[in-house]
Amino acid sequence: MDVFRDQNWVLSVGTFLPLAGVLVMLFIPKAEEQLHKLVALVTALATLGVGIFTLMQFNYDNADKMQFVADHEWIPVIKSSYLIGLDGISLPMYFLSMVITLLVIIYSWNHIPNPGNPKAFMILMLVLQTGMAGTFIAQDLILFFVFFELVLLPMYFMIGVWGGENRQYASLKFFLYTMFGSALMLVAFLALFFKTGAESFAIPYLVENGGAIAKNTQVWIFAGMFIGFAVKVPMFPFHTWLPDAHTQAPTQGSVILAAILLKLGTYGFIRIAIPTLPDAAIEWAPYIGLLAVIGIIYGAFGCLAQTDMKRLIAFSSVAHMGFVMLGISTLTTFGLNAALFGMVAHGLITGMLFFIAGSVKERYHTLEIARLGGMLKQMPKLGWILGFCSMASLGLPGLAGFWGEFPAILSAYNPADGLPVETFRTFMIIAALGTVLAAAYLLWLFQRTAFGEPKAEFSGHGGHGDHGDEHSDIHDVNMFEWIAWTPLLIAIVVFGVVPNLMFKVLDPAVAVTLKAFGG
Amino acid sequence: MIAAVETLSSGWFLEHAWLIPIIPAVSFFLIIFFGKKMPMKGSEIGIASMVGALVLSAGAAYQWIQRVDSAPSKETFISPVVRTWNWWQNDGFSVSIGQHIDGLAITILVVVAFISTLVQIYSVAYLHGDRRYTHFFAALTLFSAGMLNMVVAENMIQLILGWEIMGLCSFMLIGHWWEDGANSRAALKAFFTTRTGDVGLLVGTSVLYFSANSWTQEHLGLSGFSIRGLSAWALSGDPSSAAITVGAVALFIACIGKSGQFPLHTWLPDAMAGPTPVSSLLHSSTMVVAGVFLVARLYPVFFEGLNILGGNMNLIVLIGGITIVIAAALAFVQNDIKKVLAYSTVSQLGYMMMGLGAGAWLPAVFHIFTHAFFKACLFLGAGSISHSASHHSFDMKKDMGGLRKVMPITFTTWIISTLALCGVFPFSGFFSKDEIIDNVGHNGYNLFMIVGLVGAFMTAAYMTRATYLTFFGEARGASAGEHHEEEHDAHDSHAAHDAHDSHDAHDSHDAHAGPRESGWLITVPLILLATLAFSSGFLNALPFGEKWERFKTWVEPRSEVVLDSGSMASGPGHAIAPVRPVAESEHGEGHGSVCGTETPEEGTCYAPSLNHAKFKWSKAMLSLLIVAAGIVISWLICVQLYTRKNAKLVGLTARNKLLGAGYLFLLNKYYLDHLYEKVIVRGIAGPIARGAYWVNQNILDGIVNGAGVITRKSAGWVYRNVDQRVIDTTVNGSGAAARGAGSALRPVQSGKVNQYGALLFGAAAIGALVLIIINT
Repeated sequence: MDVFRDQNWVLSVGTFLPLAGVLVMLFIPKAEEQLHKLVALVTALATLGVGIFTLMQFNYDNADKMQFVADHEWIPVIKSSYLIGLDGISLPMYFLSMVITLLVIIYSWNHIPNPGNPKAFMILMLVLQTGMAGTFIAQDLILFFVFFELVLLPMYFMIGVWGGENRQYASLKFFLYTMFGSALMLVAFLALFFKTGAESFAIPYLVENGGAIAKNTQVWIFAGMFIGFAVKVPMFPFHTWLPDAHTQAPTQGSVILAAILLKLGTYGFIRIAIPTLPDAAIEWAPYIGLLAVIGIIYGAFGCLAQTDMKRLIAFSSVAHMGFVMLGISTLTTFGLNAALFGMVAHGLITGMLFFIAGSVKERYHTLEIARLGGMLKQMPKLGWILGFCSMASLGLPGLAGFWGEFPAILSAYNPADGLPVETFRTFMIIAALGTVLAAAYLLWLFQRTAFGEPKAEFSGHGGHGDHGDEHSDIHDVNMFEWIAWTPLLIAIVVFGVVPNLMFKVLDPAVAVTLKAFGG
Repeated sequence: MIAAVETLSSGWFLEHAWLIPIIPAVSFFLIIFFGKKMPMKGSEIGIASMVGALVLSAGAAYQWIQRVDSAPSKETFISPVVRTWNWWQNDGFSVSIGQHIDGLAITILVVVAFISTLVQIYSVAYLHGDRRYTHFFAALTLFSAGMLNMVVAENMIQLILGWEIMGLCSFMLIGHWWEDGANSRAALKAFFTTRTGDVGLLVGTSVLYFSANSWTQEHLGLSGFSIRGLSAWALSGDPSSAAITVGAVALFIACIGKSGQFPLHTWLPDAMAGPTPVSSLLHSSTMVVAGVFLVARLYPVFFEGLNILGGNMNLIVLIGGITIVIAAALAFVQNDIKKVLAYSTVSQLGYMMMGLGAGAWLPAVFHIFTHAFFKACLFLGAGSISHSASHHSFDMKKDMGGLRKVMPITFTTWIISTLALCGVFPFSGFFSKDEIIDNVGHNGYNLFMIVGLVGAFMTAAYMTRATYLTFFGEARGASAGEHHEEEHDAHDSHAAHDAHDSHDAHDSHDAHAGPRESGWLITVPLILLATLAFSSGFLNALPFGEKWERFKTWVEPRSEVVLDSGSMASGPGHAIAPVRPVAESEHGEGHGSVCGTETPEEGTCYAPSLNHAKFKWSKAMLSLLIVAAGIVISWLICVQLYTRKNAKLVGLTARNKLLGAGYLFLLNKYYLDHLYEKVIVRGIAGPIARGAYWVNQNILDGIVNGAGVITRKSAGWVYRNVDQRVIDTTVNGSGAAARGAGSALRPVQSGKVNQYGALLFGAAAIGALVLIIINT
C-alpha cells in the first residue's frame, strides 16, 4: 500500500500531548484550581495547534492514502504493532475531537460541575482526548482496541462522579454495556486475526486478506464487530444506555459523548468491519439498514415522549445516528460520504445542543420542558442559538445537518450491487418520514421552551418582586460560552454552505474503503 | 438559421442574475449584526437590498425581452441563461449551484423583488415601535433571499435550499409575536405541515435523480438534479413511466404542502396570526406560490409523469379543483378579514394548480403574476384598516363597517383589487383567471371548467360580502370609535400591546384617535399595487388580439426540438453552450411541435408543446355574467342580512337543521384540523410516542437491567463457587484479550466494575477460543 511516511511524529505528538499535560497536573496540588484549568487549556491549545499543523501538512490530493504513517514494533508476541496513520476518513473526526476537547475545557472555566475538583476533571478530559484521537489514527486492531477502551474509563468517572442524581446507575450501565459490546468485538478481532493466518493485526493487512475468509465465517465475525460498534453508535435496540448516560452526565461529558464518542462506533464500521469483511457486509447491510430506519422513527417517538430537554436531545441522537447508519448500510461511496459528513455534522450540532441544555440547567436548575418557557424573552441570545441549532438539527439546507441527512436518504435509493433495491427504497421513504418527526420534536421543544411568556416561577418580577434575587442566575450567554460556542456555530454554517470542504477530503478515502464492492 | 440562434442576445444583467439572491442574503447578516445600531434599526438595509434586487431583476427582465426579440422567429427555442459553479462533489459527480434564467424565472424574480420592496416600505410604518423591529426586517430579507434563490435555482438541490429557507422564515415571521401561544402554535403548524409535504420533495428529487442521471450525463453532460436536464429527460422518451410518475407525484405532495392545497391547506389560514405584511408577502403573493412554481418549473416531468394532455383527470387538476371550491366555501363563514383573504388565496392557488394540471401553463403562470399584485394589495389594505381604523382588530363584524368614507385611498385600492380578484373585465384577474378556465375546458377537462366557473361565482360572492362588511353599512366597534381593550383577537394584539407598553406617542395617536386614513408609507404601496392590479392584465390581453400577447411571447417556453452542442461547459463564468435547432421541422405552426406527444428522433425537447384556446367573447361573457351574478346576489343578501336585519335570513342556520349542520361543518373547516391535530398529531405525540417509550423503558431496558441483575447474581455464585484461579487462568490463557483488558482495567478500583469486567473478558476469551475451534 502506498503510504506517506514523512513527518511520522505528527500524529503521535498530537495524540499523546494531552498526557504530557496530565503529567504536569499530577504534580500540582489539588487546591490550585485556576492553575489546573490553565494547564489543561494550554495543553488543549497546544494539541489543537498540532492538529492545525496536521491539517496544513495533510496532502489533500492524496486523501485516499494513509499519511504521517508511523510503524513500530509494539507487542511482537501477538504480532501487534504501533501502526498509525491518517487518511481522509480519519482526518475530520481526528481534528474534531481536538476542537471539541478545547471548547469543552474553555466552557469548563466557570462551569466545573459539582462536586468540583478541576484537577481530576481536567485530567480525565485530557486522557479522554488521547483515547479519542488515538482511536481515529490507529491502524492496528489491538492498538485500536486499546484506545477504544481507554475512552471508556474517563467517561465512566465523569458520569459517575460529576453526574446527576442517578449517576451511579447511569455510569455503570454505560460502562458495562459498552464493555459487553467491546468484549464481543474483541472476539471478532481475534477471530479475524486467526482466520487471516495469525500474521498481523494491521488493518491494511486484514483488509487485503479478510475477503478471502469463507462467507459463513465472515458473517459470524461481523456479528461480533456489529455488536461492539452498534452498542457504541448506538443503534436500536442497543441504545438504552445512551439516554441515561446523557441525562446524567455533566454537560461536558454529554458534549463529548455526543460529538465524538458515538462516532467511534460508526467509524469502526467504516474503518474496520466493512472493508475487512466485504462479503459479510453485504449480508448484514439490509439488517443494518432496517435497524437504522427503525432507529430513526423510534428515536423520534422517544423524543416526542420526553418531558426533559436533555433526555430529548439524547434520544434525538438515536434518530440522527440512524441516518448515519443508513448511509453506511448502502455500502456506496455516496452513502458512506453522507454518513461521515453526518457524523461531523451531528457532532457539531448535537454537541451544541448539549451545551445549551447545560446552560439552561445552570440558569433554571431544571430541564423540565413544562417548567421552561419564554426563554427568548429572558435570554434572547441563548434562545435564538437554541432555535438555530434546532433548525440545524432538523436538517435545514444551508446548515451542516442537511448534508448528512439528505444524501443518506438519497443514497438509499440506489444501494450497492447485491443489496435488495426495493428494501432500501422502502427504507428511503421511512427515513424521509423521519425528517418530519425530527421537525416535530425539535420545533415542539423550541416552541415550548423559547416562545411564550416565562413561567411565573422564573420570571421573578411583576406580581412578586421579592423573588427577584432568586433568579439572578438567569442571564444571557456569557463570555466563556461565546468563546466555546462560536467556533461550532460558525462551523455549522460554513459546512452547510460549503459542504465540499469535507466531501472533498472524504470522497477519495471512502472510494478506497469500498474497493471490495467495485466502487 | 443556426447562426441566428447562436446570436440570441444576452447581457450583464442576465449573466449575473445569480447576484439577485446574494444581495438580500448578505443584507440579512448585516441586519442581524449591525441592524440595531443603524438609525432606522436595520430597515434601511432591508429596503436597500430589495431595491437592489429589484433593479437587477428589472435589468434582467429587460435583457430577457431583448433576447426573446433577437430570436429569428416566434417558434425559436429561447435557451435559458444557465451558469453553474461546482458546489460539492460526492462519489465522482458534482452538484452545482448557479442560475437557470428563463421567462418563468424572470417573471417571479420581478414579482418577488417588487412586492418585497413595497412590503418592506409598508412595514416601516406598520411595525413602527415593535420590540423586534430589527428581527422582523432580518427575517423578511432572509425570506426574499430564499425565494429568489429558489427562483434562479439551476438544480433541485439549490431549489430545495431556497424552499426550506422560506419555510424557516415563514416559521419565524408567523411566530413573530411569539409571546402569544396562538401565534407560536400557528408558526409550528405551518412549518410542520409544509415539512410533511417536503418528504415528497426529498423522495421525488431522489427518485428523479437516479432515474435521470445516466441519461442526462450521457446526452447533455448535466447531472440528474439539473432542472434543464430533468426537463429534457422527461420529454426524451427515456424515463420508465413508473419512475417519472412516482417522482412527479412525490414532488407534487411537496407542492400541496407549500402551496396550501387540499388536504394540507389548513396551515395557511392559521398563518394569518403573523403580522399583516407577512401575510401579504409570504402567505399570499410569493412564498405560497412556490409549489405552483415548482410544478411550472419542472413542467415536463409533471406533464409526462401525470399524463396531462392524455385524459380528463389527473392528480394535479383534481387537487386544484377541490381546493378552489372547498376553500372558497370556507371564506363565507369567516368574520376575520384576513382569514377571508387567506381562504381566497388558497382558492386562487387552486386555480393555478388546476391550470397547470390541465395543460394551461401560460395562464397559470400569468395568474401567479396578476394574483401577486391584487392579493398583496388586499392584504396590505386589511393591514391599513387594522392599523388606522379598527384598532388592531381584524374582525369585520365587530370592528369594521362604513369605512369607505374615512379611508378613501384604502377603499379605492381595495375595490380595484377586489374587482381584479373577481375577474371583472378589464381588471387583471380577468385576463388570467378566465384564460385558465377557458383552457382547462379547451384541453378536455370539462368538469373542471365548470369547477372553475363555480369558483368564480363563489369568489365574487365572498369578496362582495367582505367588502360590504368592511366598507359599507354602519361603523361598528372600533371603527365607530369604541374601545374594548381586552377584546382583541388573538393575532396582532401584540402590536397593540407594544404600542401601549413602550410607545406612548404612538399609542396616543393610534388608539385614541378615531378611524382615519393611513400615512403615506402605507398608502403609496397600496396605490402602486392597485395600479398593477388593474393594469398588469394588459400584458397578455387576449381579447385585443395577438399583438397584446406579450407575456406569452416573453415567458412561455417554446417547444422547438433542439440539438445540444455537446456537453456543457462548467466552471466559473461559463455559460452553457448555445443550442441549435434541428433542421426546420415540417410541423409548421408553434403548437405543432412533436415535443410532449412523441419522442423526437433527433435532438432534445425542453418544453411540451401546448396549444391555446382561442379567445371568444361568447365564452368570456358567460363567466363575466357569472361573476356579476355572484356580486349582485351576494350584495343583496348582505344588505338584507347585515343592515336590514331581515328576520327571514338572520339566524337561518339556527333554525334550519340542514343549513345549521352545513354551517357547522364549514365553521369547523371540514373537521380536517380535528383530524390532523386531535387524531394524527396527538396520536403520534401521545399514545404512539409514549407507547414506544414505554417499550423502551420496560422491555428493551428491562432486558438490559435484567441481564445486569442476572449477571450480578451469577457473579456472586461464581465468586462463591468457582475459584478465582479459574478466571485468572482463562484470562491468561486468552493472551491478547488479557493484555488488552488488563491494561484497561487495572486502574479501575471500583470492585464491581473490576469484577464484571474480568468476567466479561473471560467470557470473551472463551468465546473467541470456541469460535476459532469451531471454524478450524
